[in-house]
Amino acid sequence: MSIPATTRSMSANEVAWSIAAAALAVFSVYVASQATDSGYAFHAYVFAIAGIAAVIAIGKRAVANVVVDPPQEIDSKPNYNMGPVKFSTIAAMFWGVAGFLVGLIIALQLAWPALNFDLPWIQFGRLRPLHTSAVIFAFGGNVLLATSFYVVQRTSQARLAGDLSPWFVVLGYNLFIVIAGTGYLLGITQGKEYAEPEWYADLWLTIVWVAYLLVFLATIWKRKEPHIYVANWFYLAFILTIAVLHLGNNSTIPVSIFSPKSYIVWSGVQDAMFQWWYGHNAVGFFLTAGFLAIMYYFVPKRANRPVYSYRLSIVHFWALIFLYIWAGPHHLHYTALPDWAQTLGMTFSIMLWMPSWGGMINGLMTLSGAWDKLRTDPVLRMLVVSVAFYGMSTFEGPMMSIKAVNSLSHYTDWTVGHVHSGALGWVGFVSFGAIYCLVPWLWNKKGLWSDKLVNWHFWIATLGIVLYISAMWVAGIMQGLMWRAYTALGFLEYSFIETVEAMHPFYAIRALGGGMFVVGSLIMAYNIYMTIRSGEAAEPAATAQPAMAPAE
Amino acid sequence: MAGHTEEKDVITGRTTTGHEWDGIKELNTPLPRWWLNVFYACILWSIAYYVVYPAWPGITSYTKGMFGYSSRAEVAVEIDALKAKRAAAAADLGKVELAAIKADPKLLNLALAQGKAAFGDNCAPCHGIGGAGSKGYPNLNDDDWLWGGTLEDIHTTLKHGVRSTNDDNTRISAMPAFGRDGILKKEEVRSVANYVATLSGGQAEAGFDKAAGAKIFADNCASCHGEQGKGNKDVGAPNLTDAITLYGNKLDDIVETVTNSRAGLMPAWAHRLDPVTVKSLAVYVHSLGGGK
Repeated sequence: MSIPATTRSMSANEVAWSIAAAALAVFSVYVASQATDSGYAFHAYVFAIAGIAAVIAIGKRAVANVVVDPPQEIDSKPNYNMGPVKFSTIAAMFWGVAGFLVGLIIALQLAWPALNFDLPWIQFGRLRPLHTSAVIFAFGGNVLLATSFYVVQRTSQARLAGDLSPWFVVLGYNLFIVIAGTGYLLGITQGKEYAEPEWYADLWLTIVWVAYLLVFLATIWKRKEPHIYVANWFYLAFILTIAVLHLGNNSTIPVSIFSPKSYIVWSGVQDAMFQWWYGHNAVGFFLTAGFLAIMYYFVPKRANRPVYSYRLSIVHFWALIFLYIWAGPHHLHYTALPDWAQTLGMTFSIMLWMPSWGGMINGLMTLSGAWDKLRTDPVLRMLVVSVAFYGMSTFEGPMMSIKAVNSLSHYTDWTVGHVHSGALGWVGFVSFGAIYCLVPWLWNKKGLWSDKLVNWHFWIATLGIVLYISAMWVAGIMQGLMWRAYTALGFLEYSFIETVEAMHPFYAIRALGGGMFVVGSLIMAYNIYMTIRSGEAAEPAATAQPAMAPAE
Repeated sequence: MAGHTEEKDVITGRTTTGHEWDGIKELNTPLPRWWLNVFYACILWSIAYYVVYPAWPGITSYTKGMFGYSSRAEVAVEIDALKAKRAAAAADLGKVELAAIKADPKLLNLALAQGKAAFGDNCAPCHGIGGAGSKGYPNLNDDDWLWGGTLEDIHTTLKHGVRSTNDDNTRISAMPAFGRDGILKKEEVRSVANYVATLSGGQAEAGFDKAAGAKIFADNCASCHGEQGKGNKDVGAPNLTDAITLYGNKLDDIVETVTNSRAGLMPAWAHRLDPVTVKSLAVYVHSLGGGK
């Protein structure tokens, strides 16, 4: 490419983005000046700074003569756009460690409440949503962004659609994370589990998400392959459904544009139903469909084996996405929710069991003929164990949705254990596996800096998960049994406070398990850092990989 | 994609579908039979469940199922059964005097069981599971009682509470805020606080004028706490001569009490719990160690 040495003028696209960013900055400063709440004013300034930074970054791009519309192909090979993928990969690693750490802090606070030091910003009530959002949306979300942008390009043999849009998606999404997380610490929340960010953060996420959908769709649109790979179906289901869920559960009316507070339009049990329709499908489409997409690319790729069954992938995909969306009411058993809705929630969860296991079968059976690789490749081992945890928690979930079981498990720490066998074992491990694969590919390295450290990560984290979930099983079932225990004379055997006391040792064990998971993630972060910094370079690019990324 | 060619996978013996994405191929394996069967079984089970239980909504109603099951009706039945069971046993508890409960081992056993359950959920948050109390919340295990430690006294305190705003017969007493309201000067407060500290054998500050302190005490405090400071249960005035204090017996604690006064609250449980439960609580608390 011959690029003139002089500074080029900005493209129409860049001008449009700059105007939009500048308008956002001006509007945000105006809102900040009128804000009724100091936390909200702070957020307005963050938006303003982001807008100004965007204008500067786009200007610098022009000054640095970055090619405006890079060629779609170089030497008849796709000219992939890996800059946003790299950014999201590093962001995922960063948010992951941060989110796990906050989880450890609140686990320790549960065991030893004095550890909140009476500081309002680090009370359990504020740190808990910080932890869940950091691990689900910041860590998980960036993993999904990175892998979806990588996988859709590779399996479509096409460059990511848009020039600045992919960057808008990854940077805009991370801006949302910053707004959401700082909001919790400042006490800004709409009090809906997993949907805590207030209306303005929701609105911003909506814009980013629509851009994400468009970039993803447009990339699929220009694919060179006749068919769409199964991973991309799962990614698309995830992106589309999350958009619908987000809009449904965040239908709020702000008090004023100068106030962070808003009120939801749904009321009473309908609001509860919307909340758990959203909450359950955040699990179903964010943490299951999205991460199954990761599994469908990275497991066959790493094992170097064909996917076990094409037919199973089709049947379980459609069954999964059709059934999952109805299962939400099982979060509201024995509440004001009408019995018929509880029945449907429970039966759809039972019917979901096999469609969920379809993914596990396809993941595990893909290893046929490659099981021996588990001994030598700790990354593949991580991926496979994640699929095993997926199978375990998708059996446990339908079981807990059965009303008789739920009457024991509901509101206890069994639920927390169940969530974490899915979150740490499935989502965590499949993400770690994918990042371990991606980093050498993205930075053109022969392999990871140290496979031995991956091995350490694997064993420490696996042991941590086992400690965590077994402690929560024991604590949760014990708690449920204590709550329902009656004396022979018909009185409750235990007071609530006695059940809390009884759980203390298990809370301590849980914190230990969580601590081991954090240690594992720190080992990983170090290994990733060293791989990027000083890993051995791969053979001169078999796939043309010109550095197209704007300054990060 | 380079052509649409089905290949045979040597390891599994299956053919591929002929598609390939970034080196990934797919096998033409049929659905696992067991998987499909379990899936069908789950669907059939669900359909059977729909026949038996409330399931599908219509415009104005929903399918009620074979037995017209309702989780609310079910819980109502369970609660009624439990209530009936307790009422049968509690009937006797309700009829007899407090003292008679103590005398009848069967009734006592029942009252202690009910009292313990009610204590854990209602009293333990302030007084602790074992009733050991903490600063501002009396220890119920000792024999030092603000409002009396007989069964009847405890029962009255439980029913009407202490300084409860919704009960006309509540236990009420108001120690003046001697310092805040300007009844005593700052140095007078300090003096009398020193005097009170010595009553329970504590050390006074150097240079403390005992006679002056005693005079302030006699003029301001003795009317409730007694000339000797032994307290008066009729007005809930604590005994100041023993080592048991509710808000601490360090000089600073006493200065704070005399300056601003304290006024702990306890709810009037007769408004929250049924009479039999309150009775059982009285028996239970009385049994904790210091009952008179």
